[in-house]
Formats: sequence, structure tokens, C-alpha cells
Amino acid sequence: MTLRPVLRQLYRSESSLAAALRTLARRHAAEHEVHHVARDLARWSEEHLAELAATGERRGLRLGEAAPTGPHPLVARDDQLPGDGLLTDLRELHREIAGVSVDWELLAQGAQAARDSELLQFASRCHPRTLRQLRWSNAMLKVLSPQLLTS
Amino acid sequence: MPTRDAISDPWGARTPYGQGEQWPARVDASLADGVTAESVDRWVRSASLLHSNGDALDIAVKDGRIAGVRGREDDRVNRGRLDPKDLYAWQANDAADRLTRPLVRDGDRLVESDWDTAMGRIVEHSKELLAQRGPGSIGFYTTGQLFLEEYYTLTAIARGGIGTNHLDGNTRLCTATAAEALKESFGCDGQPGSYTDVDHADVLALYGHNVAETQGVLWQRMLDRAAGADPPAILCVDPRRTPVARAATLHLAPLPGTNLALLNGLLHEILEHDWVDHDYVREHTVGFAELAERVRQYPPERVARICGVPERDLREAAALLGGAERLLSTVLQGFYQSHQASAAAVQVNNVHLVRGMLGRPGAGVLQMNGQPTAQNTRECGANGDLTGFRNWANDAHVRDLARLWNVPEERIPHYGPPTHLMQLLRYAEQGSIRLLWISGTNPAVSLPELSRVREILRQRRLFVVVQDIFRTETAEFADVVLPAATWGEKTGTFTNADRTVHLSERAVDPPGDAVADLGIFLDYARRMDFRDNDGEPFPPWHDAESAYAAWQRASKGRPCDYSALGYDKLRELGGIQWPCDDEHPDGTERLYADGRFFAAPDYCEDYGKDLVTGAPLERSDYAALNPHGKAMIKAAEYLPAHETPDAEFPFFLITGRTLVHFHTRTKTGRTPELRDAEPEVWVEISRADAAAHGITDGTPTVLTSPRGRIRARARVSGIRDGVLFVPFHYGYWDDADGEHDRAANELTITDWDPASKQPLFKTGAAALRPEEGAP
Repeated sequence: MTLRPVLRQLYRSESSLAAALRTLARRHAAEHEVHHVARDLARWSEEHLAELAATGERRGLRLGEAAPTGPHPLVARDDQLPGDGLLTDLRELHREIAGVSVDWELLAQGAQAARDSELLQFASRCHPRTLRQLRWSNAMLKVLSPQLLTS
Repeated sequence: MPTRDAISDPWGARTPYGQGEQWPARVDASLADGVTAESVDRWVRSASLLHSNGDALDIAVKDGRIAGVRGREDDRVNRGRLDPKDLYAWQANDAADRLTRPLVRDGDRLVESDWDTAMGRIVEHSKELLAQRGPGSIGFYTTGQLFLEEYYTLTAIARGGIGTNHLDGNTRLCTATAAEALKESFGCDGQPGSYTDVDHADVLALYGHNVAETQGVLWQRMLDRAAGADPPAILCVDPRRTPVARAATLHLAPLPGTNLALLNGLLHEILEHDWVDHDYVREHTVGFAELAERVRQYPPERVARICGVPERDLREAAALLGGAERLLSTVLQGFYQSHQASAAAVQVNNVHLVRGMLGRPGAGVLQMNGQPTAQNTRECGANGDLTGFRNWANDAHVRDLARLWNVPEERIPHYGPPTHLMQLLRYAEQGSIRLLWISGTNPAVSLPELSRVREILRQRRLFVVVQDIFRTETAEFADVVLPAATWGEKTGTFTNADRTVHLSERAVDPPGDAVADLGIFLDYARRMDFRDNDGEPFPPWHDAESAYAAWQRASKGRPCDYSALGYDKLRELGGIQWPCDDEHPDGTERLYADGRFFAAPDYCEDYGKDLVTGAPLERSDYAALNPHGKAMIKAAEYLPAHETPDAEFPFFLITGRTLVHFHTRTKTGRTPELRDAEPEVWVEISRADAAAHGITDGTPTVLTSPRGRIRARARVSGIRDGVLFVPFHYGYWDDADGEHDRAANELTITDWDPASKQPLFKTGAAALRPEEGAP
């Protein structure tokens, strides 16, 4: 099946995102909205993972083995921003989500080309949630940054 | 003496009336001992400042003091009636411990001072912060209990004078979700319905709205319909067996935190049975298909499981809503202060949109307010929006406001939504806000997780100004305390939950050196020497009437249009509903009667948010979704609450209100009849839970949560199993032992609805046990 690589990639990136959201929630427990909403959003990613795993299994693909082994998500590469790492982490999270969004896009495109309507439907169902996650991380950056950058 | 003992008889005698008839008048009054109606020197026009109902009344003046109140028979809101708080709490104006002098901090004490010293300290601190840290270091936290003129002035000072984005009201705690739900569905704040819808409805649906205790006179109107010919069916949604639940045709008691699932289930049934006005949906709304797809996932079997409500009751409730010909829905804190608040409140709007139940007699929505002047906090822009329901994200609206104020556009912050209270508190906690000016509210009792709130207010680096009429728990943290005048001692207007505006005139002098909030704000502006583009003092107005005239210009052409509603008209006619402009000189009873909304992209107050994540939408998203400014049907998925009971904390805890008290009892706790009717905090527990814990009525108990611990006597009640209720009114000013073991908010969680930013006082976990040594 030609779409295996993109499914593997998606599973990896969505796993990493789920972990990133959990890390963000834990690390910024005193930022209550970030803390609570990040956990809600992590649940979406975890549901996606469960569905991805089930989809893979039906296609003879054991996606659980593709879990990330690389560096822990939200390891700050550039901690120059003020705000106790919050802006840095949100910025990094935003990039993670953007990556996942691209992977859903790739899956949808591949599924269309392969005329795989099951995968196409799957991607169309899940991708909007990723876009909502992306909108959220962008919104939190936009709302919180003016105060944190000027204080 | 009052015309009735309103403690034992809170709602008075029935005056039954039938569907479509006018509600009969009944005049309630209360006068000080020894004073008769004939011996009163003057009657002064006003309305109640103790809840959001706006009961019109006259203040009796005898020998220069307030000597009682009498309901105004001719007013559309109450037709003469008064509730227990109205009848008694005027006495608190004369309480012996009113603040009469400014206080300033001297080490760990507050000492009496004078206005020059107190204002001098505030101004010195403000100027220093502006010079060193900029406008973002100053924040204002106001209330839902000042007058319109005062909010408008404070807003002008904060946004147009200082240029800070940090201004919010305690309306965030009571009414933010009402505003958000209206903006999400209709593009703009503004109550669609009218109290007169009670006169016409055949079904009343009350969602988390214990109207019998929060708006006693509106409840009397409902009781009178229920006692007359063609009584309406009443649907009550509340985990407690409230007076409303007892009078209801059908009572649903969902588990805390599941309101959205419940509403999705009701909408599922309404769509499944096609109780849908397809013409209305097609002509006046967008988004129906998304709702249909979403609620398909909420069949009654699933919803019954989530909410802990019998499937049969769900189907019956949906049939009531689906069969109604004139449906009036009301919503309050049971939804607004609970998990997924905005999403759930929006689904109530959706019921009306899919059923075409808007803008005609009996067919309306009342997204209620808690506090008496909360509506004005919102209209004036002191509650997270710009003045006159302008849209902070619409540059043309900001430009318009800057032109109106004659200040530079860039001085009005609009790079993001105005800072909401809980974020403002966080900035203070982090040290980026260094001056917090608190007017007319008591966060040291009313905010969640009080140990955290006290830590924030106690910081030495935070300069706290408290402007109030009593030395509240919050005042103890202040660097400067300013004594304010209150209701009956100042003139101004305010607007109730159904857009009825009343004028409240000064009847007596304030005590000592106390000054009206308007005077305090204007004094600050003059001492700060704020100037407009022409170098003239800003704001340019100088008293209540000139502030109101400025507001009339600011509101002209906006949905909340007051332009044809001057003081003279309010004096002549009494309560009038906005919009009141040249086209509608007598006001407007119902919004959206013609199926037209304030939702056009260029006109709307808000582009909306993701109801689950709270992320704001951009203008382009909004315009694509709703180019023609129709009403928006927005669907949302249910998520489990963020904190649910577990082995250590096995109960859901909800906090709330009681009939005889208001907020933190600053006035009602100083009113003998009200104070003595409910002198102490209590906890309500179900019969089964009480039995399981060896608790009976009156047992002293200890409640704990992950945040704190309080003590309260048990009241075994009809609350649903697994849920505890504690009233939030009780703090520490009249509790001598110095322990923080009385306020419900010692226990509550810091969490808020991501869309409305309203804190969740009704979705947390707690444990309860009999106090050791208790019998």
C-alpha cells in the first residue's frame, strides 16, 4: 500500500503533538487557560492516534512501533523570549501543530490520488480539529504576547 | 414596616392573569418604623440595585435620610412589586460602618486620611508606572453595580486616557457568557426578548436559572401566569430542587458539567422529529447543516448516560420545546458558571433559531444578567468589549471611537481582545501589572481559589486601590481606600436584563466625605491631566447628565442606541427599553422582530470564537461564513469536565446564590431582616449522601477540595445525589475568628470557559465529612 509512509509520518507527528500538549499543560499549570485547554486538545490528538492505529491495523500496518524516539517535544531551542518559557513553548507547539496539519493534508491528497475513499474521509474528519488546534496556539500567542513582550 | 413579611412570604399574594393579558399591578412598599406614606417628605425616582431585574421604585426621604421604598405601579418591569432584598436592603445605606473618609496604608495598617493625600498617592504611582513601564502596567477591575455614566467614564479614562487594555468588570463572573452567547448567535450583544414574553408564552424553559431567588419579581410574574387561565408549561434544568423545580411541569437535574451534552440531546430530538421551522432557518440563519451533523452524535440513550438524566425525561423535555407555539427560554449561572458555558448557552439560542421562536410575543430568549447594572458594564465597554458594542478587531470601529473621543487612534489598545479579569489577575501575579484599581467589588471573597487571590493582592509590588462603600475583605489588601457614594446618594442610569433603562436620582447626601464613583473617576482624570487631540481635558464631561449626554452620542447608530432617551424622557415615562432613537422614540420591546440581526461583518460586535478552544475567528472567516449578517447556528462537541469527582474528592461542588443575599453581603449582611434570615453559610446534600456519611440536618461538617477547606452546617435537601451546594455570599468581615474557613471560594477551581472567560464556580470536586466531635 503506497500510503504507508504518510500514515507512519502522521502517526509520529501526532504522537509528538499529543506529548507536546501534555508537556505544555504540565509546564504551565499556573497559566490556567493554557493548562486546561491544552489537555482538552491533547485528547483530540490521542483520539486521532487511536483511530490511526486502528486504520493501520486494518491495513496490516503496526503504527504503534512508529512512535517518536527523537528529542522530547518542546525542548526549547531558542529561549530568548520573556514569559517563563510560555511564548517559546507556544511558538514551538504552533510549529508542531502546523507539521501535523501538513501531514493530514498529505494523507488527504494521497488518498485522493489513490482513490482511497476510506482514508480520504478519515483525513477530512480529523484535519479540521488539527486546524482548530493551530488556530488556538496562534490565538494564545497573539493574545499573550503584547503583555509579555513589553513588561 | 413592609406591606408583607417578605422573609416568610418572599413572593407575596398571587394576582393571576391569563395568556396575552396585562400583568395586574400590586404595589409593595416598606417604610421605617414610625414613618407613614403621608409623613414622607419626598419620593425620589429609582430602581433596585440588588439584582438584575430592575424593579422600579421610589425612595422615601424623611428628614434627609432614606426611610423606605415603594414599588412603581406604572413601570413595565415590576408593576409595583418588590422582592425581599428591595424591601429591606435600603437600610444598609445607613449602616454605622460606612466608609466616610479615604484611608491610606501606613505599614500594616490603614489610617484615615483626606482626598488630596489619597488621590495624590494614586496619581503619583500612576505617573511613575506610565513613565517606567507603560500603560500595560495599570489595570482596572470594576463591577456590575455602578451606574452607566460611571462605566462610560471609567472606560474613557482607561482606554482613551491611559491607553491600557486591562479593564474588566466582575460581570465577568455573572454575565460574560450571556454576552458571549449573544455575540456568537446574533453577532452582537443585546437581549433578544422582553419580560412581557412571560405574558404570552405557552412554554417557559429555565436553564440553570433559579429565578425565584435571583429575580424574585420576574418569578412572581411567572407564578401569576401559572395561577391564571392557560398557564404555561415550565421546564426546569437544575441539579437542585429549587422553588422553580418544585413548580415545574418537568424538572431535569443533569450532572454538573454536562449542560452541553443535554442541549445537544434536546436538539437531536427536535431535529429528529422535524420540529423545525425550515422557512425561518433558510431565510434568517446560517449553520444549520453543521448543527444537524453534530447533534446526530447525541441520541437520547447516550445523553441520558452522560448527564445522568432519565431518557424518558429527555424525550419529554424535547417534546415540550418542540410542541411550543410561544417558547420563552431563560438562562443563568447554572449554565454560565459551568463547564462549556458558552457552547451550552448558544445551544439554547439554537433551539429558538431552529424553531423560529424569536422576536414575537412569547417567543424569545432571555440570556439573563446577575447584577443590576451588568448590562451597562457591557454596553460601555468596561467588560471586554469596546464602547457601544464596537468591535475591537474592526479597525473602522476603533477609528470611530477615537474620533468620538478626539484621541489618537493608537492610544486605544486593539491589538488583541481587551484583557479579561482572570488574565488580568495573572498579569498581576507575574508582576507585569503593578497598579490594580478595584471599584465596587470584592474579589477577596468572590473569585475562585481565594488563597491564590489573597497571595496576589498581598504582593508588595502591587499597588491596590479599593473604591467601595464598606471596608470589605478586599479593602484590607489596599494601599488606598476611597469611600464611595451609592444608590440613593447619586444620580445616574442603569439597564436591566431586558434592556429596560431606569433613572435613579439622588435622594440624600452621601455620608461623611464619600463621593460618587463618577466624581472619583473624573477627579483622577483631572489630576492625571489627560488631554484630547486639541489639548482639552479628557474626558470632557463633568457630571452625570453631561456624561450621559456623551454616552448618548457614543451609542448613536449602534445596537444599544440611547440617542432619543434623555433624562427628561426617563423622568416622564419611567422604564424604557433600548434601542431608543428617532425611529423608535418609545423604545423597542423585542429585538430581531423582523428576522434581521446586528450581524453584518462591518457592523457586528464580534467575529466570534471557537466555542471549545476559545480561539477568536478572523474577519475573513466571519465574512465567509456569514456575508449577509444572518443569525448563526453554531454547534459544539461535549467534552468531559476538567475536574470530576474521584476517590479522594467524591462530590461535585457547585456554589450559588440565595434569595435574601446579594454578592458578598456587603449590603444584605448589614440589613437586620436579611442578615438574620440566613446568618451563616451552609452546605446542601442529598438525603442518600447524608445518610451514607452519617449526616443529618444541622450537622457541622468540614468540606475540602484540592484548594482549601471550609466549615458549614449541613442542610439535607432535594439536590441530586453526588452534588453539594454552598452559597458563595459568606466572607470574613463579620466572622471574628480570623480563620479562612467560611467562603465557598476557598474550595473552587481556577478554570474558565475559554470562549466567555467566565470562571467556573459549578464544576469542581470536593469532599465532605462530619466535623470531629460533632454529635
